[in-house]
Amino acid sequence: MIALLTRDLRLAVRAGGGFGLGLAFFLIVVVLVPFGVGPQTELLSRIAPGILWVAALLAALLSLDRILALDYEDGSLALLATSPLPLEATGLVKAVAHWLTTGLPLTMAAPVLGFLLHLKPEGYLPLLGSLALGTPALSMIGTFGAALTVGVRRGGLLLSLLVLPLYVPTLIFGAEVVRRGAEGLATTTPLIMLAGITLGCFALLPFASAAALRVNLK
Amino acid sequence: MSIWEYANPKKFMSTTAPVLPWVFGLAGLCLAVGLVWGFFFTPDDYRQGSTVKIIYLHVPSALMAINAWLMMLVASLIWLVRRHHVSALAARAAAPVGIAMTLIALATGAIWGQPMWGTWWAWDPRLTSFLILFLFYLGYVALWAAIEDPDTAADLTSVLCIVGSVFALLSRYAVNFWNQGLHQGASLSLDKEENVSDVFYQPLLLSMAGFILLFIALVILRTRTEIRVRRIKALLTRARRA
Repeated sequence: MIALLTRDLRLAVRAGGGFGLGLAFFLIVVVLVPFGVGPQTELLSRIAPGILWVAALLAALLSLDRILALDYEDGSLALLATSPLPLEATGLVKAVAHWLTTGLPLTMAAPVLGFLLHLKPEGYLPLLGSLALGTPALSMIGTFGAALTVGVRRGGLLLSLLVLPLYVPTLIFGAEVVRRGAEGLATTTPLIMLAGITLGCFALLPFASAAALRVNLK
Repeated sequence: MSIWEYANPKKFMSTTAPVLPWVFGLAGLCLAVGLVWGFFFTPDDYRQGSTVKIIYLHVPSALMAINAWLMMLVASLIWLVRRHHVSALAARAAAPVGIAMTLIALATGAIWGQPMWGTWWAWDPRLTSFLILFLFYLGYVALWAAIEDPDTAADLTSVLCIVGSVFALLSRYAVNFWNQGLHQGASLSLDKEENVSDVFYQPLLLSMAGFILLFIALVILRTRTEIRVRRIKALLTRARRA
């Protein structure tokens, strides 16, 4: 499992393209928003939590089809399926690798971008916390979506259509944490719900992903 | 005699063929009586005026929009466990009907909401979760359409249907958390305490029965079409090989 994880990480960093792309996309979306809605500080700081979450979600979505598609094309996914490692674990590792290469950098970059959007100072800690808790769920759901569409040629658009509705609960609770934090309210309840979604995804979705992969590799 | 006999496509076809016109006729009868009774022979509500009458379309279609997904879930599970092709095809056949029901519910809700709430659309929990349900239907249909091999498509859409059910449920409660509602609570339940008054209740029940029968009829019809499509494909392949 660890060997697979390091292999995926190394591929992501060295093969180029995927690693920095999500971050750059995140930056661009956040920079575009003030052009769209105008530069009023008050307005920006009010919509900052939602914008940051939506932008992070879209950035994570961008690299989803790379999770499995490359391995599927060159046949290494079939090798992984025949290896002693169960496919459930493969799915889990793929999700973790995706999170380490997109979710974690996005979380780290978010406070800087929050600064650009005049996020209120009380909002930074909830922002970090909610992204750190919520983005793993995005990666896991995305891996499931990638497993479903891996056999479809040019399934990227289909993947977004399938995955975005599944992202709704994570987005609601994630943005709610930041909004409440920025307004100085208690954030415990949405934070707990968010953690619950993430844990639930990691407990159940590897099995669904493995089932989908088995069908696709048949 | 067990229900599994209908997993045989031939048996399914021969059984549903004589039943289908009856179901359609009954659905049409229920709908005609229910809607005409509801639209023309019930009094106006003292506050909502005649707009209340859209309830005869809105409530049954919303009911069927949710139950169609439930039926797809059951059919998907049957396909995964017992691999009956008719079951997978029935799930596929139900999805577009579900989309239509969801759209009817959303559209009638908007038409009613314009004069009553003063807005066509509000980001209210019930409305939002219906919109999300609509997106789930779209994804499900798109996945069916994208995969060529029918068995693979049936497997993958079944998995999506199961996962989607969990997330649709989750979204339902998540949006509750996100925004307080404008939509009124249930005005219909089995215990008669909190029901709408009897004048509205009886035609409503009738049009609900009509929608349920219409859904069943449409699903049977579409399943029959799917089975025929499958047969034509098989015949074509056989002809090409010969």
